Amino acid sequence: MLWIVFSKPEKFKIFRKRTFDEIQTIGINSLPIVALMSVFIGGVIALQTASNMDNPILPDYTIGFITRSSTILELSPTIISLILAGKVGSNVASEIGTMRITEQIDALEIMGVNSLTYLVLPKIVAAVIFFPILITFSMTLGIVGGWISLIIADLSTTETYLIGIRYYFKTGDIVYALTKTVVFGFLIVSISSFYGYYSKGGSLDVGRSSTQAVVSSSIAILVANFLLTQMILL
Amino acid sequence: MIEVKNVSKTFGENKVLDNVSAIFETGKVNLIIGASGQGKSVLAKCIVGLHEVDEGSIFYDELDFCIMSPEDRRKIRTEIGMLFQGSALFDSMTVEQNIIFPLSMFTKMSKGEMLDRANFCLERVNLAGRNKLYPAECSGGMQKRIAIARAIAMNPKYLFCDEPNSGLDPQTSILIDALIKEITYEYNMTTIVITHDMNSVIEIGDHINFIYKGQNWWQGNNKTIVTTDNKEVVDFVYASDFMKQIRSKLA
Repeated sequence: MLWIVFSKPEKFKIFRKRTFDEIQTIGINSLPIVALMSVFIGGVIALQTASNMDNPILPDYTIGFITRSSTILELSPTIISLILAGKVGSNVASEIGTMRITEQIDALEIMGVNSLTYLVLPKIVAAVIFFPILITFSMTLGIVGGWISLIIADLSTTETYLIGIRYYFKTGDIVYALTKTVVFGFLIVSISSFYGYYSKGGSLDVGRSSTQAVVSSSIAILVANFLLTQMILL
Repeated sequence: MIEVKNVSKTFGENKVLDNVSAIFETGKVNLIIGASGQGKSVLAKCIVGLHEVDEGSIFYDELDFCIMSPEDRRKIRTEIGMLFQGSALFDSMTVEQNIIFPLSMFTKMSKGEMLDRANFCLERVNLAGRNKLYPAECSGGMQKRIAIARAIAMNPKYLFCDEPNSGLDPQTSILIDALIKEITYEYNMTTIVITHDMNSVIEIGDHINFIYKGQNWWQGNNKTIVTTDNKEVVDFVYASDFMKQIRSKLA
């Protein structure tokens, strides 16, 4: 399937337009949920870290350091990708699945359009381009969420938190996180497209395909996360 | 002209098409008829390449479709218009965008030219001015007519209609049949209609292939089908008590 997906699009102008449409659907429309989740996850991580910081040897800025590290290394790329697997994965699988059972994909094929390239490639390109932007946005909001929660709970000061989030910062962590994100974006869209494209039957089967797409994408993310962490960090 | 030669197709243990041969002539409305589950839709899907045949050949004006490369098949398919049973309109696009879609994919027409063509096709199916509607806002009959407009947008050489009257009231069915017949003669297309609607059979059947148990059981036209003594055809045509009474009166 992937071999055909990456065929040359029939018309670049239409491919470009569809890619921008998919950036809107897959990426920009996901901003609110990503923002909400990131702020709260960052906030909870900061509060949990602060509540366990009763050892006087550890400096206060450790809260900021742990919040930043957890957010950048794991929470934003992996947890937000799992959430996107649910939102984007089900959307992609049900959209393509409905097109399959209502013969819209057959109509594309009869017209001579390579339906896989026309439908799936713009989604993959949109995800690979926009997921890193989403995750960068999520990292920022996660760290901001941590700061807000600490200030509200009066567990740290802005200065101490800033020292913590800047402490021992490695650019490589961002590269690692964004590399994971690109892989996760590709996995989510390609797996969900596969389940949608090969849907059979009626609306119940499209629902089943959507569920399978989300479950399989989530498992693929977890496995890829493990493998990529071994490959890049160790 | 489309020629089907000794085509067989099996799904698992079930042989759906068994050595089917048929000729679909240009400028005629060619019907594939038969009861449900006899293989007529599978035959049509084999002809357009949505199913691969297990044995046999399909020729589009003497070009063997079965051994063509995917690129060559795509070229042939740009000459095919197809009306699906459920219309298969792109529901995220307006009526106008649906009709323009094949033009924007495969021609170098300007936007103005494409709009002119879309308006012409819509007028041809008596839906002028409905450009901005979405398929969900149209009735079943309108959707079929929009699908016909989209099918003829590229001036196809071959037109396939899969049960064009399914789910339509008798009057709308007659309109759709008349439209298919008119555009076939007007553009000299090779039209293949899959149907089990007897009214269509009588109204537009220039050439009829009766598919029974996966075989091309009987061939004729809309005149010979009412007089044939072929038992299976008679059982199909005169299935209802009303039709049986008509047959006995004719006899």
